Amino acid sequence: MITDYETLKMIWWALVGVLLIGFALTDGFDMGVGALLPVIGKEDLDRRIMINSIGPHWEGNQVWFVTAGGALFAAWPMVYASAFSGLYTALIITLLALFMRPVGFDYRSKQDSVRWRNNWDWALFAGSVVPPIIFGVAFGNLFLGLPFHFDSFLRPSYEGGLLGLLTPFPLVVGVLSLAMLVMHGAAWLCLKTAADLRARSVKAVTVAGLATSALYGICGLWLLLSISGYQIVTMPDPNLYTDPLVKTVLTGEGSWFTNYNTWPVLWFVPLLGLLMPLLASVLVTRGKDNLGFFASCMGVAGIIASAGIALFPFVMPSSFNPNQSLTLWDATSSALTLNIMLMVAMVFVPTVLGYTLWSYYKMWGRLDQAHIENNSHSLY
Amino acid sequence: MIDASAVEVARLQFALTALFHFIFVPLTLGLSFLLAIMESLYVLTQKQVYQDMTKFWGKLFGINFALGVTTGLTMEFQFGTNWAYYSHYVGDIFGVPLAIEGLTAFFLESTLIGLFFFGWQRLSQRQHLSVTWLVALGSNLSALWILIANAWMQNPVGADFNYETMRMEMTSFSEVFFNPVAQVKFVHTVASGYVTGAMFVLGISSWYLLKKRDVPFARRSFAIAASFGTASILSVIILGDESGYELGDVQQAKLAAIEAEWETHEPPAAFTVIGWPDQDAEKTHFALRVPYVLGIIATRSVTEPVLGIADLKKLHEARIRKGIVAYGLLQKLREEGVTEETTQAFEAVKKDLGYGLLLKQDVPDVVSATEADIAAAVDRSIPDVLPLFLAFRLMVGCGLIMLFVFLAAFYQSTKHNIGASRWLLKLAVISIPLPWIAAESGWIVAEMGRQPWSIGEILPTHLSVSNLAAADVWSSLIAIVLFYTGLFIVEMYLMVHFVRKGPSSLGTGRYHFENQAKASGAGQ
Repeated sequence: MITDYETLKMIWWALVGVLLIGFALTDGFDMGVGALLPVIGKEDLDRRIMINSIGPHWEGNQVWFVTAGGALFAAWPMVYASAFSGLYTALIITLLALFMRPVGFDYRSKQDSVRWRNNWDWALFAGSVVPPIIFGVAFGNLFLGLPFHFDSFLRPSYEGGLLGLLTPFPLVVGVLSLAMLVMHGAAWLCLKTAADLRARSVKAVTVAGLATSALYGICGLWLLLSISGYQIVTMPDPNLYTDPLVKTVLTGEGSWFTNYNTWPVLWFVPLLGLLMPLLASVLVTRGKDNLGFFASCMGVAGIIASAGIALFPFVMPSSFNPNQSLTLWDATSSALTLNIMLMVAMVFVPTVLGYTLWSYYKMWGRLDQAHIENNSHSLY
Repeated sequence: MIDASAVEVARLQFALTALFHFIFVPLTLGLSFLLAIMESLYVLTQKQVYQDMTKFWGKLFGINFALGVTTGLTMEFQFGTNWAYYSHYVGDIFGVPLAIEGLTAFFLESTLIGLFFFGWQRLSQRQHLSVTWLVALGSNLSALWILIANAWMQNPVGADFNYETMRMEMTSFSEVFFNPVAQVKFVHTVASGYVTGAMFVLGISSWYLLKKRDVPFARRSFAIAASFGTASILSVIILGDESGYELGDVQQAKLAAIEAEWETHEPPAAFTVIGWPDQDAEKTHFALRVPYVLGIIATRSVTEPVLGIADLKKLHEARIRKGIVAYGLLQKLREEGVTEETTQAFEAVKKDLGYGLLLKQDVPDVVSATEADIAAAVDRSIPDVLPLFLAFRLMVGCGLIMLFVFLAAFYQSTKHNIGASRWLLKLAVISIPLPWIAAESGWIVAEMGRQPWSIGEILPTHLSVSNLAAADVWSSLIAIVLFYTGLFIVEMYLMVHFVRKGPSSLGTGRYHFENQAKASGAGQ
């Protein structure tokens, strides 16, 4: 048991970050592969190879998403409640898109009809492209603040709709998010495919990697030059109970770069986000697929972590009433709940990583056309 | 301000998406174990037919599993999107089993399901068998955590209200985990899943036997399903009875509504087999009663009374009046500041706060409630009797028919006489929908019986919703229903397609349609 509530809150901030990054690293490449289906999958057989490259893994990968959602619910119930109800329409659209994936993967190859398969390919494409864009747009909006507030019984309300989210900065972040996962998916395909399909995957890593770096740089500059940050002026002792209504927050001055200026060593995180996508393209072009995929992972992790660090200690700033912004200090669960979940996480995150790696190890290796043709009845 | 019609739509959305999700869950729970049993037989006997069985029933498992996963996503999102105040109010407790479910169970099931389908050539026999057993274990652990969460909604133990954070907070994880309602519900629910899996395999195998196709394959499947199903249906019925006992203890209003017990009767209470409850008149027309049975089920004694609706209402009225006081004190604490005196006064009545919140539906400022408001809230404190009464009897009826089918099938298996009676094969085929009807009715009983609460006696359903316009919830409901309908049609199409093809769909060259093709090829 960790008795210090403040430390516990910090640990959970980091753990939520780990789960989000875990989601982007695993489910992320599934989505990238899905987004690339119509781009580099020229024939049915190509697309079958692409889908089967993630066939044994996508279900497990998707659990990172489910678990991140569950952890958000348990560790930061107010964030879960305000974000999900506030971004209602965006989340319902995401949900409808996500519906397409499990059925798409599983059902696509169960009928030998061109129309059936083409329809599922488009469904998989939509299911893989829409969620990253919406997640990116949502993340981008965090830097601008969201128009939510609470009454004295802590019931959240949201003053705005879907269209309010679609302003230039968040839209660019949405494209960045898609480019990043396309790069990651392409890097995965470099590992798992051969011949022409691999060559096209290499090209995709190069294009998407360049786009990721460029967009990431643009977003950084944009944030630095024209978006003002939020700053806590006064707040209660973080070791006490949690109530998001009793702090004061200043906005309009200062920037989201305060943490980087205070601890310059943190700059290495955004540097990873900027350089690793480029390195990934160089590596896969030279045939170093394993390292290339690793670089892509580091790039994705760097980009997401850098956004979290910039926002710290904010989790969900409120543009409607900045004083009611949610931070990692005041949106959390009780110390007992955080402690119990920490113990569970300490045992089970390594366990999960263990058998996940075992499953990747067992399914390692490139897929080719002959393999698909010989196992037509058992594969996707 | 809460939009009253948004509450109704949000409830409808939850009911439809949860019932739809539970079309796929029980089959996953049951088939995963049947697959593990079949594969164990394969590894033990090395007979090819058992591996083919694992692969064929596994294919159907996969078609079902995909939609189970899909519809599960909706459930995960829904608490936050549609039930934001609920999520805030009880996330400290309710979120924990959900997060643990992801980490300990869903990861296991989902990571290994990939190896189940794709790993036949990559894993040794023993490794693959372990994978299959772990998938079954994962899906069942998953059910455990979800039912712990659900049981806490029915019987919220191990938690306390904190006025500083305006929410329920966990006081004891072990009380939440060992919630007696959770233990009983878990076994009842997973066993009903085993029944579903068994009835699915039994019914489809019977159809092959009727068609005289792939007879050895179908017989073996029939035998496994018959014995597994018999054991399961017995546990469902025994544990269902056990949950009747738990209900009597913690959810008297639900029990009274299921049984349409309008008045408290002299113990031991009679059980109403069938009738037509009329909530306005507070009586049951055409009632057929069996003496003693209800009292014995609910209290395990012949002397303790089962409280009737009239007496429960009196108890609720008293608690509502105390709840008004609690609400007033809470308002004072939140808005005027904390004093020793208010705190103490609040702690003394806070267990009735939930009953005070019941009034909020009609009177936003609870302390100004009139006698008429209180009377309306008292009426609302009893769930709708008619649907509970009927759904419960539907569930039990299906259970009893299935008990008969499984016992007959089991008897024939032990006599090595499978397929001898065509009536039994036909009965097994038409019984395929019964486990679903029973399970869905069971959930209707469990969740409509929880009304008007989302968290029993703590948080009323109407307060739990997000601040959304009814139009927003309607649009999402319509969109989800359209998608679900489309997906369901596709799923049923594939399911029927592969059931018709049978094990020939494996492409091994050993089964009916392939032999037929060979035979006609040879004839030419």
